[in-house]
Amino acid sequence: MMLLEMAAGGFADRVAVGSRADGLTFADLFGRAAATADRLRSVEAGHLVLADVSSEALPALLFGSSWAGIPFVPLNYRLPDGELRMLAGRVSPALAVAQPGTTGRLDGLDGLGVVDRDVMWKELQTTRSVEPDWRFEGEDVAVLLFTSGTTGDPKAAVLRQRHLVSYILGSVDFGSAGEEEAALVSVPPYHVAGIAAILSNVFAGRRLLQLPTFEPGAWIDLVRAEGVTSAMVVPTMLARIVEHLEAEGPGSPGLPTLRALSYGGGRMPQPVIEKALDLLPDTRFVNAYGLTETSSTVALLGPDEHRAAVASDDPDVRRRLASVGRPLPGIEVSIRDGAGAEAPDREPGDIWLRGEQVSGEYRGQGSRLTAEGWFPTNDGGWLDDEGFLFVTGRIDDVIVKGGQNISPGEIEEVLLRHPAVADAAAIGLPDREWGERIVVAVVAYVSADVSADELCALVRHELRSNRTPDHVEFLEGLPYNDTGKLLRRVLREQLAHLGDA
Amino acid sequence: MPELTPGSRWASQVCTTEVIVVRAPDGDVDLECGASPVVAAGGSGPDGSPDAGAADGSLLGKRYVDGDDTLELLCTKPGDGSLGVGGTLLGLKEAKPLPASD
Repeated sequence: MMLLEMAAGGFADRVAVGSRADGLTFADLFGRAAATADRLRSVEAGHLVLADVSSEALPALLFGSSWAGIPFVPLNYRLPDGELRMLAGRVSPALAVAQPGTTGRLDGLDGLGVVDRDVMWKELQTTRSVEPDWRFEGEDVAVLLFTSGTTGDPKAAVLRQRHLVSYILGSVDFGSAGEEEAALVSVPPYHVAGIAAILSNVFAGRRLLQLPTFEPGAWIDLVRAEGVTSAMVVPTMLARIVEHLEAEGPGSPGLPTLRALSYGGGRMPQPVIEKALDLLPDTRFVNAYGLTETSSTVALLGPDEHRAAVASDDPDVRRRLASVGRPLPGIEVSIRDGAGAEAPDREPGDIWLRGEQVSGEYRGQGSRLTAEGWFPTNDGGWLDDEGFLFVTGRIDDVIVKGGQNISPGEIEEVLLRHPAVADAAAIGLPDREWGERIVVAVVAYVSADVSADELCALVRHELRSNRTPDHVEFLEGLPYNDTGKLLRRVLREQLAHLGDA
Repeated sequence: MPELTPGSRWASQVCTTEVIVVRAPDGDVDLECGASPVVAAGGSGPDGSPDAGAADGSLLGKRYVDGDDTLELLCTKPGDGSLGVGGTLLGLKEAKPLPASD
């Protein structure tokens, strides 16, 4: 809340959310946050649950929850009714704000009041004298985010005020955005990057624009119409934007206003980022790596590092295009082996993170931090000689063949460097002799001609022979969730027939 | 001077400066602005003017730290007075500019 109060004090009349012509100013946003807090207090809500897409109401609801000192809980509105109700039921008593016309999805739950977002937004427009009667309590829970968890019940990651505030103070310079700057947010509110985008841009004084449902044509139109200067996308979004820009042909006006484009939240196929760098020569690219449990970004590959990697002949430097760059100043990274001991240099292991923005806590399960404050991410990775971090994938996805641990990420990285390969995933399937066999699913470009033998030979040449795929399956596409994460579990089910029973 | 607990807010008596405590050492801290002791925010407002030796001003959104980096304040309202502890002015904490990632 203090972040917004400062922004409202620093640039009250600037537009904070929406179009330059009729958007909400920072002073308006501050007033709506106050009205949200009044409403939450009057019904004694213990949480504010959101089952809605991004809208101009979203930032006010987020800050209003903090003002009232209660957690903001954005849910994945795409979930089936049963799952949505199950999650909402876990955080009562609460006031739930629903996407217009959908309050019925959450009706009748014990301790849960439901209000339509349009109705709520109209009520929040009453003006009151805004006394900043909020208190900053570092231990207050600011946001609860249900992690997408591929197995079992989703866990609710706890982000306290102190985690988010230290992330923002450590990574954003207050009021650093020029008046003409605008950021386009197309990740949903239940994704940590969606929350971080609101906080960062408000603190920087940058106008927020939202695209509730991503569609590449609409995204490009909005960038051009509103003069968007920065945006964050997940890899699948960038792939589709690149495709769309390419289809515009040589007469394409490009995206001249877009100064900065950050991406994260999943693996980026090398050809996509190389093509994007080529199509948008004036845009500065940032690859951000972070987790829900770490209050968003913990490492980034900056614009100059992108261009340097592409321009280099040194394979070690060129390879950094596939890295997530170096840790933020307030973050320590340590690579650990299975026993929790520090792994030797350049050796892959579990990525452990430490810093003030790292929470590592789940509601009802306590903190997962070690006694020394480290959060074991369960992401595999390694550091190169200059501290660039390479993320190879979830430890749970490691393929165990003949007693050897094989990270799918390293095989995929090699395959994705082949010009004919649009996308690739390596999985382990049951094998009577070896425990698991390596099966790779490859999406080839339509016009490309590539054989399974050629890809196997490539992997054998680049990596050790025990990394060579036992089978290559060509597919039309790989299964992703709506925020760009590859669904390996779905892929394993889809290709189960390629393993031994 | 009471203890500066993280999250507590303090106002200058001699200018418009207000700060929120991000981090503080245990025990009492003689926090001053414009060379006068600060008071809990939300009081009657400033009166007088900063001492000439502590009148470089405070900047909105900047963080101020002491020499040992045990005290960290965030300026939530700017003013003409400079922040200090026991007669020593606090330094500005420079953040390394990072490219926007979200």
